[in-house]
Amino acid sequence: MKTRVAFFDFSSCEGCQLQIANLEEEILDLIEIVDVVSFREVMKEHSNEYDIAVIEGSIMRPMDEHRLRKIRSRCKILVALGACATTGGINKIRNQWPVENVIKEVYKDADIKDNEFFNAFQTKAVNEVIPVDYYIHGCPINRDEFKHVITSLALGKKPVIPTYPVCVECKKNENVCLFELGKYCLGPITRAGCNAICPTNGSPCDGCRGILSKPDVECVMEILQRYDLTYEELKSRCTLYNTNVFNPKDGMTLVRRSKND
Amino acid sequence: MTKDFSINVEHVTRVEGHGNIILDVKNGKIKKVEWQVSEAPRFFEAMLRGRNYDELQPITSRICGICSIGHSLASLKATEDALDVKISKQTGILRRLAINAENMQSHILHVGYLALPDLLDVGSVFPLVGTKHKDALLKIVKLHRLSNVMSDLICGRTTHPIRLVVGGFSAIPSKKQLLDLKKELVEGLEITKEVADVVKSVAGNFPNFKRETEYIALTSNNEYALYDGVIASTDTGKHPDYKNYEKIMNEYFVPQSTAFYAKHARDSYMVGALARFNLNNKQLHPVAKKVADMFGLKPVNYNPFMNNIAQVVEFVHNIEDSVNWIDILVDEGVRDEQPNEVKLKAGRGVGIIEAPRGILIHDYTLNDKGRCMKANCVIPTNQNHANIQKDMEEFVPQIIDKPEKEIELNLEMLVRAYDPCISCSTHYLDVKFV
Ligand code: SF4
Ligand code: SF4
Ligand code: SF4
Repeated sequence: MKTRVAFFDFSSCEGCQLQIANLEEEILDLIEIVDVVSFREVMKEHSNEYDIAVIEGSIMRPMDEHRLRKIRSRCKILVALGACATTGGINKIRNQWPVENVIKEVYKDADIKDNEFFNAFQTKAVNEVIPVDYYIHGCPINRDEFKHVITSLALGKKPVIPTYPVCVECKKNENVCLFELGKYCLGPITRAGCNAICPTNGSPCDGCRGILSKPDVECVMEILQRYDLTYEELKSRCTLYNTNVFNPKDGMTLVRRSKND
Repeated sequence: MTKDFSINVEHVTRVEGHGNIILDVKNGKIKKVEWQVSEAPRFFEAMLRGRNYDELQPITSRICGICSIGHSLASLKATEDALDVKISKQTGILRRLAINAENMQSHILHVGYLALPDLLDVGSVFPLVGTKHKDALLKIVKLHRLSNVMSDLICGRTTHPIRLVVGGFSAIPSKKQLLDLKKELVEGLEITKEVADVVKSVAGNFPNFKRETEYIALTSNNEYALYDGVIASTDTGKHPDYKNYEKIMNEYFVPQSTAFYAKHARDSYMVGALARFNLNNKQLHPVAKKVADMFGLKPVNYNPFMNNIAQVVEFVHNIEDSVNWIDILVDEGVRDEQPNEVKLKAGRGVGIIEAPRGILIHDYTLNDKGRCMKANCVIPTNQNHANIQKDMEEFVPQIIDKPEKEIELNLEMLVRAYDPCISCSTHYLDVKFV
């Protein structure tokens, strides 16, 4: 029997699922080796029998936690898809404020007390609720990496995810380093695997694939030294995607508009 | 005939995001028809507080994967408006190419992958692989890829653009790349005509339903407005005072949803491809006009299901339009220019564009350090929720004698016709027969 794969989305922009549709003709290769049994965004059919569950999005409500636990109990392998799921991603920016504060900012005085859809807590990554077996990083994910991970798992192999920084790929692409151009870049401490797509297009790496958790120390040190940077300072700039490793301070609090806000 | 039943479609499939349809019928009388949005709210406006002016685009792009170029452009226009940053003619053209690419990508995904399965009576595009429709499917896949190749080239990535930055572009395509793209677009136009024929052959399966309503979209004297224009309504004409958009888009909150609803001259209005067609059809390029004629699409068309057809028409228009712009760019010479410089100052800026699903507004107030103090985003799907609800209320009595399954399918098709991107408006689609 083919490996059965099911896709589920939680709080996200659905951009990572979109990358799967963006595989175009290659989806047809993929469905040669796996059966897609649930994928709400593109299909009506749904089955509760699956081997691999792929989770997109962050977890924000008790009702989502409940649904996620059910999914975990049904699957053999659980994969977190994209930054929203792997680290909390952009959705975690709001964790610097209490939930009541962000609700008030967006919904003003609307009466939402009894609405369970609004029963939100601080944004959680998937692994803050249930164990995750594999991670596909990025915001959005890299389509080739997605294919590699799913194909490997379907064939019973372990997928390989880079443990070196984005700079390595950036150098290979022969880009002029953004630090040389007086810009800032999180490439030296960010996990590669995107082919350094942002610096290659003239924009800094924002660290969407996450800070290297087990960095190849020598490799990272060499790059930091080359641009006279410290790990700590770079980390302090990680306020878009990596608020899970670093909590934004000072600069970010100036925005509290009133005391009782 | 009296009948008792309830429909409860939870998480309507093949739409972006999460919405529910609730229908409750007792003794043949409709007790309740409700369109609910149950997506977890994501609080983007709150998250923008305190962010630097150059972080607003990367953050708001993540409101919606499908409309990430639209959000990026609305965001950049708002930021540039607040900071008084002008853009070059070349930037204006490249941004138009970007918006065309996204409109094409989103429309072909919706019509081809999400709506067509209803017309062919299958649950998704996957089963089409083994049928006589495989050829049509492969053509749709080709057009989808063409749109994405175009986003890749202009924006640096298919989803969540990298090259679109405040004041211009962080990297610029070469003349050769643009000419290669043009060649593919010209070929794509022929394929599109063939796909339009396939859609035409099954378009009779769309319910023949009409409800008069108001349509709102950008309009411009110069072009079929997507990147630039003034707000216009089929009821009340042009509204050039863009900073006071709130006078038009009256957003209000309904308890059954996590998204806002909106109204203007009537109880509800519609935005999106059909609204744009109804207001601006005279400015469509020639082949697009022909395709509209082929479907008998004429303004003002009050059938929401025809939004699917308006999307096909726009797809053709976007190809023709892109070819024209590439010719102009190549003619005038592609310059490897840097983004225009930014001088910080306090102020408020509003950026309005047409995203695939309709008019989209970002509104930022920046302080003198370039930090965002307040933000508001008016999302297309939110503006359509009330219209979906009103359509359902009128549509259900017309189909109430059909078998339950068919009612359910018809209501799902209605919602899908709007191509709601509920993840934007926050997220869910289920029909609940309660
Ligand atoms: S990780 Fe980024 S692209 Fe993926 S769903 Fe989340 S916001 Fe969208
Ligand atoms: S710091 Fe950024 S631009 Fe420089 S080499 Fe590393 S990834 Fe590339
Ligand atoms: S370069 Fe950095 S921000 Fe860009 S995709 Fe790669 S990891 Fe993410």
